[in-house]
Amino acid sequence: MSNFPAVQARAFGRTMRRDLWWVQPLAVFLGLGAFVVYATWAAFQGAYYHFGPYLSPFYSPELLGSWHPWIGGKPLWWPAWLIFSPAFFVLWGPGGFRLSCYYYRGAYYKAFWADPPSCAVGEPRKLYLGERSFPLIVQNIHRYFFYIALFFIGDLAYDAWNGFHFDGHWGMGVGSLVLLVNVVLLSLYTFGCHSFRHLSGGVLDRISGRPVRKRVYDCVSCLNGHHMRWAWISLFWVAFSDFYIRMCAMGIWHDWRFF
Amino acid sequence: MATATFRIWRGDPNGGKFHEYVAEAAPGMVVLDAVHAIQASQANDLAVRWNCKAGKCGSCSAEINGMPRLMCMTRLTQLTLDKPITIEPMHTFPVIKDLVTDVSRNFRAKIQIKPFKPRKPDAPDGTWRMAQPDVDRVQEFRKCIECFLCQDVCHVLREHHLHDKFWGPRLYVYSAALEMHPLDVEDRSGELRGAGGIGYCNITKCCTKVCPESIKITDNAIIPLKERVVDHFYDPLSRLFRAFGAK
Repeated sequence: MSNFPAVQARAFGRTMRRDLWWVQPLAVFLGLGAFVVYATWAAFQGAYYHFGPYLSPFYSPELLGSWHPWIGGKPLWWPAWLIFSPAFFVLWGPGGFRLSCYYYRGAYYKAFWADPPSCAVGEPRKLYLGERSFPLIVQNIHRYFFYIALFFIGDLAYDAWNGFHFDGHWGMGVGSLVLLVNVVLLSLYTFGCHSFRHLSGGVLDRISGRPVRKRVYDCVSCLNGHHMRWAWISLFWVAFSDFYIRMCAMGIWHDWRFF
Repeated sequence: MATATFRIWRGDPNGGKFHEYVAEAAPGMVVLDAVHAIQASQANDLAVRWNCKAGKCGSCSAEINGMPRLMCMTRLTQLTLDKPITIEPMHTFPVIKDLVTDVSRNFRAKIQIKPFKPRKPDAPDGTWRMAQPDVDRVQEFRKCIECFLCQDVCHVLREHHLHDKFWGPRLYVYSAALEMHPLDVEDRSGELRGAGGIGYCNITKCCTKVCPESIKITDNAIIPLKERVVDHFYDPLSRLFRAFGAK
């Protein structure tokens, strides 16, 4: 039988689909694009990243900085011409986790690289290497970014805890709730990770004899079923958390205290 | 009775074009009914493959208004009838005639996959014991009806024609059914990475979107297989643990 394709391949963006196939990739492009632009801008500010007991998640942990740094202040060797920001030492971790996330990969390959633009829609280029060769073969390290993300979950939980302490006393402001919701949403996203699902039990063909792992695997699978939802909600909220603290620190917004 | 216009691709390996037919669109009709009506009254030589008309044989796969679907499971009421309904053969496979394509490539690729290899029997009478939770995971993959819509929509095959380097979603589902089977002891990660080309998959989830059996192909078959390939080839810690006998 001939290998002649049934119908000639269609040009970039051409399809017989009648639905609004371009809406989803466009929404992903705008949503992810807006986040990347805002996160980059916020990271380069190097200021207004803490207010009261609140620390922006873009700057946590503050390894090097001027507020409560873990290690110290701006290093002496830091080039004078280069902007310094504590966020530079932080954002690569959660950024790498999201960049190599199985959900985001599929989404941004479509939205930013049109590979494909959408299902059954013509593509702009013929050459295709997939995740089999460099550079995308690097995506296989996703599970290592998951380990790093676990550290950040613990760190942000500590920040949320601190967000309820005002000058040595218990208290609760809107910012306390913002940081608490932030760590909860990020946990729902992180613990639904496909790599974690595999490591927690997916690797086993016979899990029935290990009730604890099965319970964990079932929970992770449950979260994993909504991975896309948690990915977007947590992405929005982490940016909002930074924005809220930034607005309070700049004196534009007032942090309303419950007690 | 209402009517609808159908633009059906007709041709052979040398090429073809769309032909328009007007047919009745009665309540409850599916696209395959309309195609049969056209075949009976207007185009007796129209080639269409079908069998069960119940969404279980996987024969009547086609592209309806640009999306891979089963003709027998697509009701006319799901479609907009004020514009012509386009029906094409699957793009990924060589055409034989009209809506019939040659899907034999899938079966040739399938025989490359290492067959089921059970562990030693659990009981002296040569039988095995399996727990239901262990079987549940692979049961999902057994729902596959081999309609090959997932193969058709996958851009690695459809747009890039990597048929010789990439097995495609259906065969990853088949591999997953074997690889994750509680009795199976074969290791297929090497061939999945090599001849199977699972690294070409960039997780667009189009296969999941078109599956008429609602199998979560990407999340439950392809990504877990990708993770097993990572275990064996890209994760030094996993290799270290395996060297000490842990799984």
